[in-house]
Amino acid sequence: MSSLAPVSQVAGDPAVHPTPPAPETQKRSWTAYLLLLPGVLWLGVFFILPLVQLASVSLQSRYPGFPGYYYRDLNFENYVAALTDYAPHFARSFLYAGMATLLAFVIAYPLAYAMAFKAGRWRNLMMICVIAPFFTSFILRTFAWSQILADEGWVVGVLSFFNLLPGGSIINTPIAVVAGLTYNFLPFMVLPIYASLERADPRVIEAGGDLYANGFTTFRTVTLPMSMPGVLAGTLLTFIPAAGDFVNMELLGPQRGKMVGNVINDQFLAIPGGYPVAAALSFTLMAAILAMVFLYVRRFGTEELV
Amino acid sequence: MAGFREARGDLQLESVTKSFGDFVAVDGIDLVVPRGSFFALLGPSGCGKTTTLRMVAGLEQPSAGRVKIGDTDLTGSRPYERPVNTVFQSYALFPHLTIRDNVAFGPKRRKDADAAQRASEALELVQMTQFAGRKPAQLSGGQQQRVALARALVNHPEVLLLDEPLGALDLKLRREMQVELKRIQTEVGLTFIHVTHDQEEAMTMADTVAVMNRGRIEQLGPPAELYDLPRTRFVANFLGQANTGVGTIEGIDGDHLVADVLGTKVRILQDRSQVHEGQVLFGVRPEKVTVSRKQPDGVGNDVKGVVRDVSFLGVATSYLVDMPSGTTWSCYEQNLDVEPLDLRPGDEVWLTWNPGHAFGVPADPA
Repeated sequence: MSSLAPVSQVAGDPAVHPTPPAPETQKRSWTAYLLLLPGVLWLGVFFILPLVQLASVSLQSRYPGFPGYYYRDLNFENYVAALTDYAPHFARSFLYAGMATLLAFVIAYPLAYAMAFKAGRWRNLMMICVIAPFFTSFILRTFAWSQILADEGWVVGVLSFFNLLPGGSIINTPIAVVAGLTYNFLPFMVLPIYASLERADPRVIEAGGDLYANGFTTFRTVTLPMSMPGVLAGTLLTFIPAAGDFVNMELLGPQRGKMVGNVINDQFLAIPGGYPVAAALSFTLMAAILAMVFLYVRRFGTEELV
Repeated sequence: MAGFREARGDLQLESVTKSFGDFVAVDGIDLVVPRGSFFALLGPSGCGKTTTLRMVAGLEQPSAGRVKIGDTDLTGSRPYERPVNTVFQSYALFPHLTIRDNVAFGPKRRKDADAAQRASEALELVQMTQFAGRKPAQLSGGQQQRVALARALVNHPEVLLLDEPLGALDLKLRREMQVELKRIQTEVGLTFIHVTHDQEEAMTMADTVAVMNRGRIEQLGPPAELYDLPRTRFVANFLGQANTGVGTIEGIDGDHLVADVLGTKVRILQDRSQVHEGQVLFGVRPEKVTVSRKQPDGVGNDVKGVVRDVSFLGVATSYLVDMPSGTTWSCYEQNLDVEPLDLRPGDEVWLTWNPGHAFGVPADPA
């Protein structure tokens, strides 16, 4: 025992806390909980409760002959249906979201790099251009893409002229969906990458050159690794919402071969008695994304950098 | 243009100029740094010392002039092509790499098969071996400083550039690192170019100091010489303290010039004055001035003043004395005597100095 002072009974393990905590510290810790309260309440009412409700719906059964009526149950059939009937939809969701994430990264990285290091006085203007689309509704902008990519539009016209479009059409194909997803989530990729590049000390990048790395090697061994936290955040912010998206498929995609978001949407709104399956699909999607994100962050996570 | 350049010899800057738009940061510098010397570029912030360093590193290209090492012209080559490494002011360690990988970075880029071995030797040299597995963020400023030094030294550059490397350290650590740097420089025998605004640091460490001001080198030489005999007003005031007064040269008395500084006649050795007629800035270092209560007997090289302020420093007592010319001089009394002078503000004192310590520089403020 290092201290001869009377050991406090309040602070738990006396070996770790040989002196009693001052009353002020206790008061402060109460304040911390008080400050947490609004957030916890919000999460409880608008996240935990709906999640519990969703879980309970996903296990309900229908009353035979009464579409739209359910009773509380532990019916895992809904999950079996979600996984067997809609496996291709899950696959498409992850494929399209993955392609959109990759494309967004390929477009966003050079853009963010230019904004951070080359733009000079144009930097703010470029930033405004990246953010400006948010001033218009997501739906409207996606509608605009259905016009841009329409068969009568100039994109199709130019590509057809050079014989680069064997199918003769972009709209209502998976290409249009991936293009729409890429466009819609691009800012979520640009901004975190820009933030991490902008925060990088230019002297560190110079140090790469000083230590015999040419421009490309410096980028590969210094700049890119230093921006990994931004890349990680950007890919997550793009992939997660893109995998659950249904608007781009609805407005730009084909009639058949939908994504899982569309199935959930249809089950909830269009198909009578679809609630339990829709809820099971939502839960499966959430679990799948969580698992993927977990593996991804385990593999590429760079929390030591942040 | 591409490819690493081996080069051996003295670093030479030939009329090197660097302008950023209208602003001339470095204005036609000529400089030779002998191989293996510890050279300091000293000056206030904005004097162009860091820009000069960056041009040697290749991080900036001169607007005019040439940068050479020995017979090899490095002008226009990229930083990674030069046998020069830099210790950056902010250390600029790679945050995503371990200390070991930070130090091995240079050797690896040069395809050195013994990169790991070289890195551990360099870490040994700066006594950081036990931290090899850590990331830079887990080290203190002083430790990061040592790693930055090891990361540059491991490459055995022909010239090592140090950009205010001790600027972010506290005083005690800075003193330690000054000694350490000097030891390492002696051990490895490389040319060190040390940029600093700290005149004490420059004087204690460097063999040769170049004092820079407004993009030019004001004076260059061994620290003792610069301190003893400054050649410009800027050097006199920037390097240590100087008691000065503007006067007019009135004549010659043997080896001495006689100048009138606002009514006081002072004498300067002819070869210790940069000007021999007209206006002169007379100066003498504070520690060369003796304080006494009575007018001393002798050559009459003395002035009467009034004590303004007394500070006891331990080894010495420092006095500020108002001079008849209106300026304030500073001087010291070594605390050797059993009965000190015990001066108080307001007391009248006589200041004297050996004329051999006085210097004269041009009076214009340039």
